[in-house]
Amino acid sequence: MKHLLIAAGLLSATSAIAADKPQLTVYTYDSFVSDWGPGPQVKEAFEAVCDCELNLVGVEDGAALLSRVRLEGENSDADVVLGLDTNLIAAARETGLFAPNSVSADFALPIEWSDDTFTPYDWGYFAFVHKADATAPANFRELADSDTKIIIQDPRSSTPGLGLLMWVKAAYGDEAPVIWADLSDNIVTVTKGWSEAYGLFLEGESDMVLSYTTSPAYHLIAEDDGSKAASAFDEGNYLQVEVAAKLAATDQADLADQFLEFMVSDAFQQIIPTTNWMYPAVTPAEGLPKGFDTLTVPAKSLLFSPDEAAAVRDQALAEWQNALSQ
Amino acid sequence: MAERAQPVSPWPGIGAAALVAALILGTLAAVALRAEASGGFSPADWAALRFTLTQATLSALFSVLLAVPVARALARRRFPGRRALIALLGAPFILPVIVAILGLLQVFGRSGWISDFLGIFGLPPIRIYGLHGVVLAHVFFNLPLATRLVLQAWQEVPAERFRLAAQLGCNGMAMFRLIEMPMLKRTLPGVLAVIFAICLTSFAVALTLGGGPRATTIELAIYQAFTYDFDLGRAALLSALQLALTAATALVALKFSRGDGFGTGLDRALRRWDGGAPTIDVFWIIAAAVFLLLPLASVVISGVAGLFDMPAIVFRAALISALVAAASTAVLLLLALPMATAVASGRYGLVELSGILGLAASPLVIGTGLFILIRPLANPTTLALPVTALVNAAMALPFALRILVPAARDITARHGRLALSLDMTKWTFFTRVLLPRMRPQIGFAAGLGAALSMGDLGVIALFADPQIATLPLQIYRLMGAYQMQAAAGGALLLLLLSMGAFWLLDRGGRWHAES
Repeated sequence: MKHLLIAAGLLSATSAIAADKPQLTVYTYDSFVSDWGPGPQVKEAFEAVCDCELNLVGVEDGAALLSRVRLEGENSDADVVLGLDTNLIAAARETGLFAPNSVSADFALPIEWSDDTFTPYDWGYFAFVHKADATAPANFRELADSDTKIIIQDPRSSTPGLGLLMWVKAAYGDEAPVIWADLSDNIVTVTKGWSEAYGLFLEGESDMVLSYTTSPAYHLIAEDDGSKAASAFDEGNYLQVEVAAKLAATDQADLADQFLEFMVSDAFQQIIPTTNWMYPAVTPAEGLPKGFDTLTVPAKSLLFSPDEAAAVRDQALAEWQNALSQ
Repeated sequence: MAERAQPVSPWPGIGAAALVAALILGTLAAVALRAEASGGFSPADWAALRFTLTQATLSALFSVLLAVPVARALARRRFPGRRALIALLGAPFILPVIVAILGLLQVFGRSGWISDFLGIFGLPPIRIYGLHGVVLAHVFFNLPLATRLVLQAWQEVPAERFRLAAQLGCNGMAMFRLIEMPMLKRTLPGVLAVIFAICLTSFAVALTLGGGPRATTIELAIYQAFTYDFDLGRAALLSALQLALTAATALVALKFSRGDGFGTGLDRALRRWDGGAPTIDVFWIIAAAVFLLLPLASVVISGVAGLFDMPAIVFRAALISALVAAASTAVLLLLALPMATAVASGRYGLVELSGILGLAASPLVIGTGLFILIRPLANPTTLALPVTALVNAAMALPFALRILVPAARDITARHGRLALSLDMTKWTFFTRVLLPRMRPQIGFAAGLGAALSMGDLGVIALFADPQIATLPLQIYRLMGAYQMQAAAGGALLLLLLSMGAFWLLDRGGRWHAES
C-alpha cells in the first residue's frame, strides 16, 4: 500500500513537471511534420534549449495552413505559423492576426529581405526538372516551340503551381496569355499537387516536371543518383521564400520569439537542406551539404513583392484558365 | 390510409437516417454560417458544373452498360478462380486516388505498357488525357462496383424462376426478356445513381486524366474556394449544389427502381440451364479482368521492391488504419442495418435519400464543418481517429444500403406475414429471421465498408497529428518526401490489407452458404 502511494506520488509529480513546461504550438504544412521532413529533428533540437514542449501541427500545405488560421481566427491554438510563402503573405497580413518580431539575421537570400512580421526560414528556385542527359530548353519561348512535354501543378491547389503562374507573369507581364497559349500543347497534364506531378514524371509520362532546382540534390544525396538535373531559364527563375510568423493573440509571446530566433540559427538551418530539400535562409557555419554545390544556379531570380503578388494573382489565374481551357 | 402492420420497426432506422442527415447538413450549415461576405458563383463555376455533369453522366452510363454483360457472364458461369476474380474486382475501388492514377497511367499513359507495345510497331503512343481519359479512369474505379451490385441482384432471383423457365424451354434470349430484363429495370437506376454521385465528387482523378483546367469539377471549385480564395460562403454554396444534384438523381432513381420483385422462393441452390455457348461470356470475363487487373498488376510490381524498404512507421500507420477501418465498419453496420430495415418495411424514401447523401458530401466541407463544430468543445486533433471513422462510415453508407436494401425488402415481403400471424416480436423477427438471412449481404457491405475506410484519405488530413497518421496519409507523406519507392511499397501493403479485410468479411458472410 505504501509503495503504491509513493508510486502515485511520483507519478503525479512527474506529470506535474510535464504540465508545468510551457507549450509552444506551431502550425505548419504536413510534409514538414512527417517523419522524413524537418519536424522531428527540429522538435528535438528546440526542446533541448527551450525547456518547453514544442507541438508541431501539420496542415496539408501553405494555402490550407493560412485557411486554417483564418478559420480559427483570434482563438487559434497556434502560437507560430511556419510555412507561408510570398504569395500568401499579403493575405496573411490583411487578416491582422500576425504580430511583428525583432528577429534579425544575415539572410542568404538572392534578394533583399526586410519584413518585421514574416521571417524567412528557407527558399528555393522553381525550375523544370529533367533527365540530366536530355537537352533542356533555355526559356519559356523555346520550350513552347519545342515538342518537350511537361507536367505542371494546378495553381488553385498547389504551391508550385501558383509559383509557375507568378513566374510566367513576372517574366512576360501582359504577354503571359500568349505564352500560356503556346505552352498548352506542351502540357501533358495538370495535377492537384506536387507529388502526383513528380510521380508521373518519374514514371516517364513527361520530359520535364515543375519542381525546384534543389530536387536533383535529393536524388544525388539520398539515392546516390545523378541522373536528374534542373534547368535555369534565361528570363530568370521564380523564387519561393518560405516564412514563419508569430500570432498576435499568442499567450506564449516570449517563447514564440525564442522559436523564431532559433529558426534562423544554425541548429535549425542545418536541418533544412537534407529534410526539406530547400536552401537554408541563413547559411549554417559548416556550409551547405556536399552535393548542393552541383546544383544549377539560375543567373537571374524573379520575385513579386507580396503586394504585387496579391494584385496580379486573380488576373494571372484567369489568363491561365482561359489559355488552357481552349 | 393506415399503413399495413409490419414485422419490424422503422424507428431505429429513421433515427439513424436523421443522424446521418444531421452530420452532412449540419457540417454544411456550420461552414455556411462561419462565412463572411461571399462572391457567389462565377462563370468558371458554371463551366465546372457543366463539365462535372458531363463526365459523371458518361462515367455512370459506361460503367453500368459494361457491368451488365460482365455480371451476366459471372452469374451464368462457374469456373475455378471465379470467387477470387470477383474479390479482386473490388480492388480498384479501394485504392488511394494517387496510387490508382499512377497504376492506370503505367498501363494507359504516354509511356505506359500499351503505348510501349504500340511503339514496337512504330505506332504513336495513345492519347489518354481528355474527357475520354476521365471516363476511362472512372469506369476503372466503378465498373467493379457496378458489376458486384448487378451480380448480386442476379443472385437474388429465386432459383425456382430459372428452374421453371428452363422447364418451359426458354432459351437465353427468352430468359433475358422474362427474368433478367425486369430484374435489371429494378436494379440499374439505383446503381446508376450511386456511380453518378461518386463521379460527381471526383477531383484529382478528373483533373489529372482530364489534362488541365478544362477538367475542373465542382469539387475542385470547392477546394479552390476554401484554400485559394478562403470564401467559405461559396464553398458551402457549391457543396449544397452538389448535394442537390445527388438528391435529385437519387429521387429519380428510386422512382424507377420501384416495382414488384420475383416473390418467394424456397432458398434452393441456384442452377442455370440456359448457358448455351460460352464464347460471349468468356469474352466479357476476360476483357473485364484484363482491363481491371493490369493497372493493379502495375501497382503490385512497382510495390514489391518498396515493400522491404519501408520504415517501421508505415507498419504503425497500417495498424492505425486497420483499427479505424474496424471502428468505421461497426458504425457503418449500426447505421445501415436499421436503415435498410426501415426502408424494407415501407415507403421511407427519405431514409434512403439521407443514406445516399454521404456520397455527394464533399469531404472537405464535412471535415471543416466538424472542425468548426468540435473546436469549442474539444481539441479536434485528439479526435482525429474517431472523426475519421465516423466520416468514413457515412461515406460508405450509400454502398451498404444499395447492398442491404433489396435483400431486406425481399425477406420482409417473403416472411413478414407469417411472422405477424405467429405474433413474433419485432426484435425476434430482426434477429432470428432478417439478420441470418442477410448474412451474405452484411458480409459484403461490411467488407466493402472496411476496405473503403482503409483506403480513404478522408478527413484525417484536416485533423492530422504527426503521431497518428493512417496508411494513406503516410503514403502521401512518403511521396511528398521524394520516397516514391517506399510509397509504392506502402500502396501495395494498403492493397493487401484492404483486400484482406474485404475477403475476410465477405467470406465470413458466405460461410456455409451456397451461391
